[in-house]
Amino acid sequence: MSESSGMVEKRGLGHWMTHLGLIIGLLFIFFPIWLAFVASTVTQPEIVKPPMPLLPGDQFFSNYRKALVSGVNAPVAMMMMNSMIMAMGIAVGKIIISLLSAFAIVYFKFPGRRLFFWLIFLTLMLPVEVRIVPTYQVAANFGLLNSYSGLIFPLIASATATFLFRQFFMTVPDELAEAARVDGAGPMRFFWDILLPMSRTNIAALFVILFIYGWNQYLWPLLITTDPSMNTIVMGIKQMFPSGDDTADWPVIMATSILAMIPPVIVVISMQKLFIRGLVDSEK
Amino acid sequence: MEKRVTFKGLWLPLLLVFPQLVVTAVFFFYPAGQAVWQSLFIPDPFGLSMKFVGLGNFEYLFSNSYYRASFVTTAVFSILVTVVSMGVALYLAVLADRLIKGSGVYRTLLIWPYAVAPAVAGVLWLFMFNTRVGVVSWYLGQLGYDWNHVLNGDEAMGLIVVASAWGRISYNFLFFLAGLQAIPRSVIEAAAIDGARFWTRFRTIVWPLLSPTTFFLLVVNIVYAFFETFGVIHTITSGGPQQATTILVYKVFSDGFVSQDLGSSAAQSVILLAIVGVLTIVQFKFIERRVHY
Amino acid sequence: MATVNLKNIKKSFGKTQVIHGIDVDIKDGEFIVIVGPSGCGKSTLLRMVAGLETITSGDVEIDGVRVNDREPMERDIAMVFQNYALYPHMSVFDNMAYGLKIAGKPKAEIAQRVNEAAKLLQLEPYLARRPRELSGGQRQRVAMGRAIVRKPAVFLFDEPLSNLDAKLRVQMRLEIKQLQRRLGVTSLYVTHDQVEAMTLADRMIVMNAGRADQIGAPLEVYANPQTEFVAGFIGSPPMNFLAADLSENPPVKAATLGIRPENLRVVTSPARLTGKVVYTEALGAETLVHIELPKGPPATVRQDATAPMPAEGDPVHLDWAVEDQVFFDDQGQRC
Repeated sequence: MSESSGMVEKRGLGHWMTHLGLIIGLLFIFFPIWLAFVASTVTQPEIVKPPMPLLPGDQFFSNYRKALVSGVNAPVAMMMMNSMIMAMGIAVGKIIISLLSAFAIVYFKFPGRRLFFWLIFLTLMLPVEVRIVPTYQVAANFGLLNSYSGLIFPLIASATATFLFRQFFMTVPDELAEAARVDGAGPMRFFWDILLPMSRTNIAALFVILFIYGWNQYLWPLLITTDPSMNTIVMGIKQMFPSGDDTADWPVIMATSILAMIPPVIVVISMQKLFIRGLVDSEK
Repeated sequence: MEKRVTFKGLWLPLLLVFPQLVVTAVFFFYPAGQAVWQSLFIPDPFGLSMKFVGLGNFEYLFSNSYYRASFVTTAVFSILVTVVSMGVALYLAVLADRLIKGSGVYRTLLIWPYAVAPAVAGVLWLFMFNTRVGVVSWYLGQLGYDWNHVLNGDEAMGLIVVASAWGRISYNFLFFLAGLQAIPRSVIEAAAIDGARFWTRFRTIVWPLLSPTTFFLLVVNIVYAFFETFGVIHTITSGGPQQATTILVYKVFSDGFVSQDLGSSAAQSVILLAIVGVLTIVQFKFIERRVHY
Repeated sequence: MATVNLKNIKKSFGKTQVIHGIDVDIKDGEFIVIVGPSGCGKSTLLRMVAGLETITSGDVEIDGVRVNDREPMERDIAMVFQNYALYPHMSVFDNMAYGLKIAGKPKAEIAQRVNEAAKLLQLEPYLARRPRELSGGQRQRVAMGRAIVRKPAVFLFDEPLSNLDAKLRVQMRLEIKQLQRRLGVTSLYVTHDQVEAMTLADRMIVMNAGRADQIGAPLEVYANPQTEFVAGFIGSPPMNFLAADLSENPPVKAATLGIRPENLRVVTSPARLTGKVVYTEALGAETLVHIELPKGPPATVRQDATAPMPAEGDPVHLDWAVEDQVFFDDQGQRC
């Protein structure tokens, strides 16, 4: 290798070895996705008689049309709509309640502030999976089964976003709030005119993370939606497998898998910078 | 840290925190409290009343060989997922960091799996290794290896580990790459001038400087393997064969919803709660240390 | 335009008292500079006048009306902050217009007042820009503009020039003074820079550890410092402090004798005091001679550049006129 030169910069063979290594990694990453895509473009008989082809077939439109329009238990288009409503609801809802409470914690002194702060701090620790049974009972008692509220609200109940906004608000110079007060702005006016526009990037970054979090939920929708018309796409895929020994409708299932990853992939790729920033922020 | 400026008012701030307070109380504190409460009871066989048993549920759990086995399964699973996904991610990040140009393109491609839900990842890998139609299992068969994760517990474990690790590579890759790029170029150049080859440089300089990132990812990945891999397991193995892939979170679900054993499920939730607590403390201790680093 | 009266203003943070009772009556149109070292409470005092800090006890009156319990916007004041506090996401125009918009002024009037201020401050070409696209001096002007458009009764300045480089600071100092003269608005200006205080103030308040050591016109304060602290803080290089018994006729309680560097003379024949030259600084028009004394801190002599310059290491004799002596007691008070 050109390594023997002792230089840090790579040229020649070493350079190409680096690319080769990365390409092998990419193949490992993309092979499952590629295979799913191929399976979504061929006929059922082509799949059930292994080995299946490794290049796309000509059934793309018919498989995807079948998935979107009729699916197996429910049309995938409907499930995607449910997922979209759930993901948007979680992202938007969580951002709104977090912005408001972070604003209150940072810019007001009110009785119980410390207590409130510690209460939401506690929620940082517990994923929904841990308290799944009682949470399910609460949702059921409220009649939230098979409803969008049931899909959304229990997943809003964590304070990660509140913490992020609190951290950000703390970095906003005190003088800005003072200047706004001198200019005659009340608290909500300051929030709306100054704090909110200044938080735009943070909000966008968090939106990306929360949208994917919401879209990719599995266990909660599995419990809360029994009516196929309320299924989300991510949990609906598993429902497409037949029970017993029947053969699964692989082309439609794989088309659905591809459809399930398209929205979050688009969000991640198109907002890559914001996404990485949101990721790093939310883990600090 | 406190703000110098605070606005006056009592009702406005209370109104502002109200939505979060309600949602958190109803869907977080109440259920968490319920979990603790229910863990002290067992329902009678007809589900009509609850009988107080104190710590009976816990005693039963720890004397239950399936539950103890689930602990071991969880430990094996999370260690393997963490090691595999971090190993692959580090390998890719080191390579991408060596590129002066074009690492952005690889990064864009490598973050795809982050967007793929664990449950969907499960379906993709299940499809490849399906005993009837799977491409990989078919080729393995041609090579004389009879793949059957439906019957073989080790193969089932291997499959959920790979599927879970696969979905986590993007995340680890991004943090490793950021960590590597934060190492000042001059330090590495100085080592190169001192005559250190790539591997020597990596071992003696890059790896130690990267250790804060590595520790951080270690904790985060264990948490991920514990709690966020439910979708992978449910789609691929449903905990089988013979509970070989039933990790703790999966058992909370299967005992609580499939077997309707609420007391036991609640006790398991409480134990998980304690585990998360410990992991969180570890993480905070570590972050504290990182501040001084 | 308004008068401002501070009546026995005190401030405590928890149990710590930081301002120990300040009284001052400010005339309409007067330019008052509050000067002191960091931590002396000068900014806190200004912020109490602004309404950004609660008043523990005492009264603030603007135009004869007690304003203690009024919000900043209701006090008819405008403030220029040290870091300018411009809203980063708003254009220069919107930054200046924000207060007027909140006050619900008609659009036409807002535009007219902002444009007027922009013209006055030569900001017209930058009205559409964001603060981050401006230089330090321009941002400073926008902060001024934001204060001007409000047409307030009182201007409050909180170290407005300390983020600028030295050259710009001198230029902006002049601009602020001219602007204030022209608009005739009563102003309170906080700074730690005694040169700024001397050049800007009609009267200055020299603060030390939460107390107003002296309030007066700059030259009066300079010539007649009421405390040892004021004598040492105002004037650069600072006043020399010698033992009081070096004078023939010190007052009874005198502990320290103060002589301004320009009043200390290097003489050839033996005089009141003898020392050794440590080093000299020729500044062009004048020369500073630093002299090590047999006891106490070194003394500084400021002399004309044309006067003979002693060589470093030379022993010298020092003398002064009796009328230039000021005495302080062991509490640092003038006597």
